[in-house]
Amino acid sequence: MSEEQIRSLEREFDAKIARDEKIEPKDWMPEKYRKTHIRQMSQHAHSEIVGMLPEGNWITRAPSLRRKVALLAKVQDEAGHGLYLYSATETLGISREEMYEQLHTGKAKYSSIFNYPTITWADMGAIGWLVDGAAIINQVPLCNTSYGPYARAMIRVCKEESFHQRQGFEIMMKLANGTPEQKEMAQDALNRWWWPSLMMLGPTDDVSVHTEQSMKWKLKRKSNDDLRQQFIDQTVPQADLIGLTVPDPDLKWNEERGSYDFGEIDWDEFWQVVKGHGPMNKERMKARVGAWERGEWVRDAAMAHAEKKQARKEKQVV
Amino acid sequence: MKNENLYNCILGIADNSLILGQRMGELCGHGPSLETDIACTNISLDLFGQVRSYFQYAAKLAGDGRTEDDIAMLRKEREYKNVLLVEQPNTDFAYTLGRQFLFDVYHLMFLSELQKSTDLTLAAIANKCIKEVSYHERFSSDWVKRLGDGTEESHQKMQNAIDDLWTYTDELFHQTEADKAMVEEGIGVDVTKLKDNYYKNVKSLLDEATLKVPESKYFQKGGKEGVHTEHLGYLLSDLQYMQRTYPNMEW
Repeated sequence: MSEEQIRSLEREFDAKIARDEKIEPKDWMPEKYRKTHIRQMSQHAHSEIVGMLPEGNWITRAPSLRRKVALLAKVQDEAGHGLYLYSATETLGISREEMYEQLHTGKAKYSSIFNYPTITWADMGAIGWLVDGAAIINQVPLCNTSYGPYARAMIRVCKEESFHQRQGFEIMMKLANGTPEQKEMAQDALNRWWWPSLMMLGPTDDVSVHTEQSMKWKLKRKSNDDLRQQFIDQTVPQADLIGLTVPDPDLKWNEERGSYDFGEIDWDEFWQVVKGHGPMNKERMKARVGAWERGEWVRDAAMAHAEKKQARKEKQVV
Repeated sequence: MKNENLYNCILGIADNSLILGQRMGELCGHGPSLETDIACTNISLDLFGQVRSYFQYAAKLAGDGRTEDDIAMLRKEREYKNVLLVEQPNTDFAYTLGRQFLFDVYHLMFLSELQKSTDLTLAAIANKCIKEVSYHERFSSDWVKRLGDGTEESHQKMQNAIDDLWTYTDELFHQTEADKAMVEEGIGVDVTKLKDNYYKNVKSLLDEATLKVPESKYFQKGGKEGVHTEHLGYLLSDLQYMQRTYPNMEW
């Protein structure tokens, strides 16, 4: 293809996105668009799968049958999200095995928040309320992103995430209104999860490398700092409502801006965790790689069985 | 308690779902593939849903203020009435699926009889559960076939699992005193009558899976009387952890 032809395709492609039309798997797309989407979508899928671990950790110990069932259903939803996000990413010409390989070797990233440990039951509430809350803020704009399969997957993901977020808040509310011991458990979880949740919305705008291009492709519609402000403004009143204290001494309402001012985020901690040195990075990867390796003979058997069955069928036909 | 036999009979049924649900729940996030992970979680979810129906009924019968959670999580080890089969650990995927299969075949037959119970609550619960359990049975049977008739390695692993778990199958057909009393009243299921068909169905599937039917005639029992294997204690310490550490609280 000549350079002129490529430029013409690019112009058409950009115009399509500008008109808010979806890009579909068989449409022409710039290589960079394809690569960027593989990176972001697979990272999103990996986050769902790794995200199953910190919550899965409490399934056997959930305090009541009702909570156990709800937690199982939630973690199962996450597996489901992983499944359709992987499928959506496969439409860009990468296999699930390749994506797993990238996750297992550390080439692909997943949301850093899942590298924090879940040490009490209240963490199940805090994750639902804060982590899913921050995820929704990140994800709702993606329901209108330019790549069709991703946008459609996100519509379903967001519906379920907002249910999870309410469920998490309800766990926290119950604890906050419970015995002093329960309230303390809830406050402690908020203390531990608050700052990592703010970090989840990404580095500040001045250091974020992907923003401009992603804005153009509608992979991103608001900047990290705007999303973070939105999250804080939405969450602080919820904490007030259930009588918990956000662990930020600098947090205060700014009448003029109509928003909360907040304290300095410890970005050193953020980068430490992103680079693989958070409290649970090694354990999370060990669990994923372990499950994959222990499952190899099972997947091989399923393949072998399917081949045998097919061969028997063909023999019958002959 | 006025309906003590019925209460105990319900515990005997529900504890199987409780303990097996707990075992399947352990695997969530650790399955050999995303699809099997989702399926195993789903089975766990179904089983806990069943447990809640049974224990809500049992709590009503007990009428002493205990809730479904008290019954599920605050009994002592000797008071759990599940069969030994369901408490066996997730040694590997062959054990997990083998355990599921050996239980599902029984569970399906059992529920099909329980649907005819003169106790309308139990019949209704059975009617709801049987749809879920027929899916479980299909899933576990398919996997026993895949692993049995898959690779050499999977065949060996599946055979080992069936050989080891076989010793726990006979207990499924034992009756407690409460069971006998409930059969007489037309409420319970006479499990002794399920035995022949059970082994027939299991053997036919094992044949199809190219697996050998174990020949051992030595069986383990005790679960129904609360005498368990060493595995149960550890499972219960997870299951009961929150209720024991933070007693009398709402969650």
